[in-house]
Amino acid sequence: MKDISQIRADFPILSRKVYDRPLIYFDNGATTQKPLCVLDAVREVYTSYNGNIHRGVHAMSDMTSEAYENARETVRSFINAARREEIVFTSGTTGSINSIAFSFGERYIYEDDEVLISNLEHHANIVPWQMMCERKRAVLKVIPVNDNGEIIFDEYLKLLNGRTKIVAVTQASNALGTLVPVIDIIKAAHSLNIPVLVDGAQGIQHGITDVAAMDCDFYAFSGHKIYGPTGIGVLYGKEKWLSELPPWQGGGDMVDKVTFEKTTYNELPFKFEAGTMNYAGAIGLGRALDYVSGIGRNEIASREKQLLDYANNRLSVIKGLKIIGNSPDKISTISFLLDGIHQYDTGMILDKLGIAVRTGTHCAQPLMDRFGIEGTVRVSMCFYNTTDEIDVLGAGIEKVIQMFS
Amino acid sequence: MTIDEVQDSIIDEFSVSDDWMDKYNLLIDMGKDLTAIDPKYKVKDFLIEGCQSKVWLHPEYNGEKIIFTADSDAIITKGIVGLLIRVFSGRTPDEIIGADLYFIDRIGLRQNLSPTRSNGLLAMVRQMKLYAMAYKAGAK
Repeated sequence: MKDISQIRADFPILSRKVYDRPLIYFDNGATTQKPLCVLDAVREVYTSYNGNIHRGVHAMSDMTSEAYENARETVRSFINAARREEIVFTSGTTGSINSIAFSFGERYIYEDDEVLISNLEHHANIVPWQMMCERKRAVLKVIPVNDNGEIIFDEYLKLLNGRTKIVAVTQASNALGTLVPVIDIIKAAHSLNIPVLVDGAQGIQHGITDVAAMDCDFYAFSGHKIYGPTGIGVLYGKEKWLSELPPWQGGGDMVDKVTFEKTTYNELPFKFEAGTMNYAGAIGLGRALDYVSGIGRNEIASREKQLLDYANNRLSVIKGLKIIGNSPDKISTISFLLDGIHQYDTGMILDKLGIAVRTGTHCAQPLMDRFGIEGTVRVSMCFYNTTDEIDVLGAGIEKVIQMFS
Repeated sequence: MTIDEVQDSIIDEFSVSDDWMDKYNLLIDMGKDLTAIDPKYKVKDFLIEGCQSKVWLHPEYNGEKIIFTADSDAIITKGIVGLLIRVFSGRTPDEIIGADLYFIDRIGLRQNLSPTRSNGLLAMVRQMKLYAMAYKAGAK
């Protein structure tokens, strides 16, 4: 097992400085840094075997296609999907959800039908459904959250009904870190034969995600939040859904036979992969998932739990600091506010101390409205962070309080 | 003092220390000292909205000069808009439109408040110049 200095050595960027201070990167919820092996994998595509996938007769195209399909198999195995046909590469979580909202809406949603989301959602799991509901004259319903930032399960059950056509919930809140009880949510929805999409953007990187055990109908995540490249993501869908859903884009590689009268579509998953895919990104993502498996997902979860506990303890002794979102079940993310100090001021000073945090609404404005706040400071940690860094953060926050008081 | 003389004195104040923390402390002090805006102007019409912090900017034209007042919910932003008020408030529209704001680069603000940060400095400068243009056009 690698120790923390060996892990950090895998990520070259972590040793850089900002403003002459060692970088402390606590914005992993926005994007994670990349281990060298991922960068090597992407570089290797272009230096060793680059050719467009699924369409060449030549060796290069074959090698790239094979590497791309191997990446698909890596994803399948990583999330424990039943079949590789159920893994569609996309541009990211946002791309995945938009595609499903469009396609599912076209096929199954009619006037007065209901789509159920939660108050915790990132805009990426709100706006695509809202757009589809407007188009179809359907209704968007929202599961409320309590003062701890947890979904109110009893209210969820009351909202489920015969008009509900799909439930779309996040696995973990990007803004507050709350882990959502997706398994119970799915069980309840399935008892009424309602499918569930899980937004895994903030879930996949923090432990073991098993779509078979979860039994979700759709699962979306982004490569760049799990140590992979940007611009690549995954949509998992149960085969029974994907085979029925219409494609969301037309173009090359997604077709079986094209005439001007009619086009028949390629088999799964290719019918959803129109145009030249980001195969270098997919191959990089495959390598990132292998890297995560190599560290060990239980090991990652346990390190991150220690960091979360340590940070909770360190921050809770700071007078005037209020943590927003106090669920006992959280990913290693802490959102907070300082008494009388704007989150932007806090973030600016922490930045000057070399500490990267995110400030603002975190693309979750309805959730900020729910708490009657205009934003928070978000510290999103991952397994390569250290308790020493948390100590520097704690001292930094105390410095901020001193400067603004 | 001319606009450039005010800029030069701001540059002097910020060159006392190379330490960024000192510069921020200066901005924070300026933010705290900024003359309060009349609360009735803290409304949507005078809001320069961004995702990071809110800035209200109110112009008042007496036929010759424009008096700006401003506020922000974030102190650093308030300090920055305070600097712009020192430079632009009490000037004629022509002075404001013609001003070349070199102090921004000289004190290193631009690197720290790039236009990609919403509510950036440049949005505030642009708004002040737009008000000056509007008053100039109206005066003719």
